[in-house]
Amino acid sequence: MTREYLFAGFGGQGLLFSGKVLAYKGLLEDKNVSWLPSYGPEMRGGTANCSVIISDEPVGAPIIANPDVLVAMNLPSLDKYESTVKSGGTIFVDNSLIERKVMRDDVSVYYIPATRLAGEIGAPTLANMILVGKLLSVFDEYDEEYVGKALAKCVSARHKDLLELNKKAMETGRAY
Amino acid sequence: MAEKVLMKGNEAIAEAAILAGCRHYFGYPITPQTEIAAYMAKRMPKIGGTFLQAESEIAAINMVYGVSSAGKRVMTSSSSPGISLKGEGISYLAGADLPALVVNCQRGGPGLGGIQPSQSDYFQATRGGGHGDYHMIVLAPDSVQEMAQLTIKGFELADEYRMTSMILADGTIGQMMEPVSFDFEIKEAPEKPWATTGTGMKRPHNIINSLYLKPEKLEETNIARYEKYAVVEEKEALAEEYMMDGAEIVLAAFGIAARVTKNAVKAARAEGIKAGLIRPVTLWPFPKAYFEKALGTAKEMISIELSMGQMIEDVRLATQCRIPVSLTKRVGGMIPSVEEVLCAIRKAAERIGD
Repeated sequence: MTREYLFAGFGGQGLLFSGKVLAYKGLLEDKNVSWLPSYGPEMRGGTANCSVIISDEPVGAPIIANPDVLVAMNLPSLDKYESTVKSGGTIFVDNSLIERKVMRDDVSVYYIPATRLAGEIGAPTLANMILVGKLLSVFDEYDEEYVGKALAKCVSARHKDLLELNKKAMETGRAY
Repeated sequence: MAEKVLMKGNEAIAEAAILAGCRHYFGYPITPQTEIAAYMAKRMPKIGGTFLQAESEIAAINMVYGVSSAGKRVMTSSSSPGISLKGEGISYLAGADLPALVVNCQRGGPGLGGIQPSQSDYFQATRGGGHGDYHMIVLAPDSVQEMAQLTIKGFELADEYRMTSMILADGTIGQMMEPVSFDFEIKEAPEKPWATTGTGMKRPHNIINSLYLKPEKLEETNIARYEKYAVVEEKEALAEEYMMDGAEIVLAAFGIAARVTKNAVKAARAEGIKAGLIRPVTLWPFPKAYFEKALGTAKEMISIELSMGQMIEDVRLATQCRIPVSLTKRVGGMIPSVEEVLCAIRKAAERIGD
């Protein structure tokens, strides 16, 4: 099986990081993975996205034209990528930042007020991880052991203190 | 087997270079290869190596000349406009027969161009790039694993033949992360009796030089160098064959274009079209023999490139224009989609079906 994910939003929301956690989890589970960031002149405040492919087979092109899964953390991203999602795909929307609904009816949609929830659990910068937690639980792939290991690989030594908070954010998403 | 780690292509190059014993890195920042410099800046001071951000690309390549003259493994990296600046120094390295590794993580051009991936420095890389008669060994990775592997190979070949090796990557392979294992067997750098390491009063001076004012002598060095190049062409040309069994439509692509093309070839085979891919791993020497062999079943060839059509010339030369070769391309930082490549394959299938 191959699943293609597109994480899109503002720079600074941690989309590249959440894609990396997902990819690392895939790697630890012995899957083939690729992670490709957009690397424009955009930094914090601009648009940012990353494409993640997790597959049982070797990954060909790391570029995704039609994702199976879209995680949208701002309106421009939803506007831009909603139509590209495969029919039967899944869209995760941070509806504390995006007011409109998804217009398509051939995809599954999950609305999660991730940014609001992140504020409530004292982790205002971790809305991205709430969305990943939700995503993994929707696909029934929330394996605590691998989630923990993947986080440990992705959270740098300098920020070790944030490991637990990341887990808490992912748990919050899972439970939502 | 060593544990696989998730790493960017650029970082994998840097780590592999360190494993290969490179302790001297000189560079100047430019997107999309800056992670190489950043990684070296972090690691080199901890392992007794030298990281130096030079005042310019030209300075950096001349520092490479200096370290190589002293017999040490050394590298620099840049992206397209920066590589043009290094051209003079690369020519000097060739003229002095010095081994070095140069990484070009290509971006769109000409001029400052853009910062998105490209393969439009193919001519520059495979024909030398600077002035004079010379070649570099040009390696074209198509995965993060190969970024590491070919970096090590690049150092080894450079030392073996006293040539500059170039890793000709692109922004996508540089920026993407994939699992990579650093479980390599690495050959020790060979003895370099020609290096300027001090005579110890025991031997004559070694001289590293690219200036020969007597034309007879300069002609001699050029001819000798091309005899060496002939050996490299004979022994080191390498390609990957993908689904080439009975292939009637043969695609040629390297680097990121090859990744896209693999998907398209697989899809074409699923439709019953006999397509296959030859992916040159060495761009110089160009793996001609693979293309000659493919002529056994091939009726058409398609070169898939992120340029206006550069490698296609080598494909035509390798096949001596015996079958039609067409081009499918995107440029300026764009990458052909799987659908675009598949479309080109279907059209070729219709043509040969007649």
